[in-house]
Amino acid sequence: MKVQQLSIFLENKLGRLLETTEVLAQHDINIRAMSLAETKNFGIVRLIVENTSRACDLLRMHNFTVEITEVIAVEVNDTPGELARVLRTLHENELNVEYAYAFVERKQNKAVVIIRMDQIDRAIGVLKAEGIKTLTQQELYL
Amino acid sequence: MFWDKPLETIDCRSLQILQLDRINTALERIAATPGYKSFYDSKKYKIKPLSSLEQMKDLPFTTKQDLRNSYPSGFLVTDMEKVVRMHSSSGTTGIPTVIYHTKNDIDNWSSLIARCLCMIGMSDKDVFQNMMTYGMFTGGLGLHYGAEKLGAMVIPAGAGNTERQLKFIKDFKTTVVHITPSYALHVSEIIEQRNLLDGLSLRIALMGAEPYTEATRLKLEERLRIDVINSYGLSEMNGPGVAFECLEKEGMHVWEDNYYVEIVDTKTGMPLPDGEEGELVLSAINREAMPILRYRTHDLAFIYPERCACGRTHRKISRIKGRTDDMFIIGGVNIFPSQIEEVLMKLPQVGSNYVIILSKKGSLDKLSVRIEVNPDLFAGDLRHLTQLKETITRKLREEILINPTIELVEPGSLPPSQGKAVRVIDNRDKTV
Repeated sequence: MKVQQLSIFLENKLGRLLETTEVLAQHDINIRAMSLAETKNFGIVRLIVENTSRACDLLRMHNFTVEITEVIAVEVNDTPGELARVLRTLHENELNVEYAYAFVERKQNKAVVIIRMDQIDRAIGVLKAEGIKTLTQQELYL
Repeated sequence: MFWDKPLETIDCRSLQILQLDRINTALERIAATPGYKSFYDSKKYKIKPLSSLEQMKDLPFTTKQDLRNSYPSGFLVTDMEKVVRMHSSSGTTGIPTVIYHTKNDIDNWSSLIARCLCMIGMSDKDVFQNMMTYGMFTGGLGLHYGAEKLGAMVIPAGAGNTERQLKFIKDFKTTVVHITPSYALHVSEIIEQRNLLDGLSLRIALMGAEPYTEATRLKLEERLRIDVINSYGLSEMNGPGVAFECLEKEGMHVWEDNYYVEIVDTKTGMPLPDGEEGELVLSAINREAMPILRYRTHDLAFIYPERCACGRTHRKISRIKGRTDDMFIIGGVNIFPSQIEEVLMKLPQVGSNYVIILSKKGSLDKLSVRIEVNPDLFAGDLRHLTQLKETITRKLREEILINPTIELVEPGSLPPSQGKAVRVIDNRDKTV
């Protein structure tokens, strides 16, 4: 399943990332995963939150430049070789990863890998054929 | 030393007669050229011979926009076959201005520059390294021809490639260089660091194309143990050779037999007396292919009221004190903010606000542009933003010939523009 991610453009300015997280905190929005990509004078922060469109509106209201990006969330066992299996599957199907980040799900001893790529639907299909599970937005918050 | 002593020391009365004669010749040729005459018709000015120079003030001004409107050859008063060269400067709206020269014009312009060079003690014994950009920019070819006419050996080095410049200066025993002040500071720093000065024969640096202060001159003179000579010109008036310092180094002589010089009130356009600061208005009164009368330079200066101790009767103008428009000069290149705006506003990903920041890196000018991104076209990808940055850098470099640093910022983070926004922040004085 596809998952929505917030991509927020941030110029490299003191406290700007803090301001982003404070807007979300004030409105009781929990951040599930985060990744920060930066260049010399600007960056993009990527967030997985529960109510993506509400968070997006709130941030826009606070003059942030935000876009919703579709990604996939792949669930794997938190054991060696699991991520490699996912990537091998994608590679063998000539699916190229643009960027990825991961977090560990303690309750179920699973790891979740967020992957951004082209041809998301095909990717979900080939992973499924290999018995690899992709999560829905709701499942991320179970 | 004089190149043409009778003309350089001409008495005031004879000079005025010569000027009036040349202005009337120019007017006659303009009146005979429909494309040029229509310009004066549109200003409701009926061309007729002037009976005194007093009447010059009634002649309409010519602006850069007027030249642009005449593109490509509306103000050419000779047959194209007689033209041997054109020079062009970049326009603020994509249309360049073009200046044409006949063989006589080039010859005459070269002689004016030979006059300048002779005035500061250059001769055929000198080795002249021309470290200005060649091509459309008049600084390169203008001085090149003048120095050749004088008989000096010319090294047409062009700008940049400092290692090669230094090798030439050393190996060919260069005595005179023509260079922008910012590049001179850079080169002189290297000469100082490497302790090269004792092996060099440098004695004079001619500097123009960008404004610099008296403090910079003194610094360079001390650092390189040379005379630094101030030069002024603009492509509409041929280029270099319009005004040049003598060895008194106080004010630049305008060659009044070729250029009619006025200082006018920036608001009323009325001529001001010598000594008062205002906008420099110049007329190229001795050009065959393309006379231009009462051209508004947008440069602020004053005319020295007193005679020069060097014996030349041609009056002197001060250093350029500033501009009446928003043009700025960086690394010797004239840039209007509108040129940058033009490039940026063609890109939909660019937001509505930007600011141009000028600073110094060492002794070199640096141009950065901070640009707000358009939130509606933000794709959420780093890749797109990096591409946008590269696109802007490339397109700006194509337009202004300077490599800019691009900073993308969030919408709303720059001060909002109110009416005529301050889009240029010049920190060069602060960072030097």
